[in-house]
Amino acid sequence: MSLKKKQGGAASSGNSKKQSAAEIRLQKDVADLSGLPKTMVMDFPDPNDFFNFFLRVTPDEGFYRGGTFKFSFKINTNYPHDPPKVLCTQKIYHPNIDLEGNVCLNILREDWKPVLNINSVLVGLQYLFLEPNADDPLNKDAAEVLRKQRNVFESNVNKSMRGGTINGVVFENVFAN
Amino acid sequence: MTHQTQWTTSIYPLLERTGPFANTGFEPEALHTCKILVIGAGGLGCELLKNLALSGFKDIHVIDMDTIDISNLNRQFLFRQSDVGKSKAEVAANFIMKRIVGCKVTPYFGKIQDKDTEYYSQFTLIICGLDSVEARRWINATVVGMFDPEDPSTLKPIIDGGTEGLKGQSRIILPSFTACYECSLEMQTKPKTFPICTIANTPRLPEHCIEFASVLEWPKHFPDTKIDGDDPTHIKWLLNTALERAKEFNIAGVTYSLTQGVVKNIIPAIASTNAIVAASCANEAFKIVTNCSIYLNNYMMYTGDDSIYTLTFPLEKKENCSVCGSAKVNLDISKEKTLLELIDILKELPEFQLKKPSLRSLKTSLYMQAPPFLEEKTRVNLDKPLMELITNGEELTITDINLPISLQLTVTFV
Repeated sequence: MSLKKKQGGAASSGNSKKQSAAEIRLQKDVADLSGLPKTMVMDFPDPNDFFNFFLRVTPDEGFYRGGTFKFSFKINTNYPHDPPKVLCTQKIYHPNIDLEGNVCLNILREDWKPVLNINSVLVGLQYLFLEPNADDPLNKDAAEVLRKQRNVFESNVNKSMRGGTINGVVFENVFAN
Repeated sequence: MTHQTQWTTSIYPLLERTGPFANTGFEPEALHTCKILVIGAGGLGCELLKNLALSGFKDIHVIDMDTIDISNLNRQFLFRQSDVGKSKAEVAANFIMKRIVGCKVTPYFGKIQDKDTEYYSQFTLIICGLDSVEARRWINATVVGMFDPEDPSTLKPIIDGGTEGLKGQSRIILPSFTACYECSLEMQTKPKTFPICTIANTPRLPEHCIEFASVLEWPKHFPDTKIDGDDPTHIKWLLNTALERAKEFNIAGVTYSLTQGVVKNIIPAIASTNAIVAASCANEAFKIVTNCSIYLNNYMMYTGDDSIYTLTFPLEKKENCSVCGSAKVNLDISKEKTLLELIDILKELPEFQLKKPSLRSLKTSLYMQAPPFLEEKTRVNLDKPLMELITNGEELTITDINLPISLQLTVTFV
């Protein structure tokens, strides 16, 4: 085995294709996720594709304790200039997530910066489950209940997580996953 | 006097003889022998081509994928109304060649991504007058990746101009010597976005109503279609949805042009800002090629929106830049060795101190140390011989907690 500093054209040509800046950065982001808490599991439908993956969050405290919520991550080739697009894939009763799965998290939109990474987004999502925020509502009804009747909110969350119906909206059972 | 003698007589007093203040290595002939590339033939590109041709550059290439739109004509002065719909690069090249005899302009009507490193290698320098972050990142990564420290001829300076209303910048990128475009990605002005909860619940501005239509309503109605800001049917649908929303909340000011402006994130272009920035870029090209004077080190910002201010400063390289921050190494190894053996060799390299390297080839995850899902999926590769996983001469990307960004490893089988 010998090691030398790279010389242009020394290696066989035809392999001049390189990983893009976004791919290199994403590999660094993903490979550095060694200290994920037990409450978060990542799932890559294609292990070779880091631009599309899922995250399963199973909070172990707070209103949503014990449920499993799946988020899809879509990242484009202009990453990290553009933030990841994150959607909650099942209906959830949450003041900061609407029934279409849009997530109101500042670092996913107006406060995204290229220094942030995948881990920052995971931390942000974790925080949404521990501290639902009634002041920045995306699901206005849920926010209203959280603000005025905390115990009703808690029982609504429980009901929704078991697949119940709230205000005519049918939720999925998230204890089954 | 012909056009040709006009410009040669005005430039030659500057170039024909050296003087006490001339830079060492002054090379006047270079102006006439070099080949330069202009990327973009729009607002900046028209100015650049005119400046370069009138400064005595004789062999200019120009790339642009766009065609001429009627709204370009107020500032893109190489185009006429009869040119609407034609290629910007081709019309601009013909205009310059007709006006300035002896200057050859070679147009390419297409994308920068159509061309390979062999194409970009033929130029002395590359000047960019682009309007997108994505295109700038691509050309930067390509040109920085071409540089080989052992072959000085592979060093291609990039001069990048950019404007945004009354603000602009010109900068010089010398691959591996100065900061590159990717190093300064965090300096980009962010597209204006609003908190999604404001859009959903408490709109106050016409922009909030438009984003309500484009961000929340569009995906519900057309989940499989991306909004095309140039498609009038898309903009009209968004406009109508935004108008309904505006009516509901008593907000005035939603118009077709504002809708298109918000969707495409349009910042009005100002012709004179383009002229200032392009003039600076052309002068730097002139100085780099002829070595007649010291060139910009390496970033000039120009702010004209709050009185006027310019500042020149050397932008510093970023240690963990994913374009110029990677280490590059060649490794000769037997193709019979396993991936695990390769990883052990990498861990022994004293200059990198790798702890838990993760490896990918161009399209394949060879071995990922984390997260656990990927570690399990790629573990089977550890005992495979390299010849089953990669081809001879392939470049692998290695990341590790001890690397600022990555190590690019070219593997040669022996």
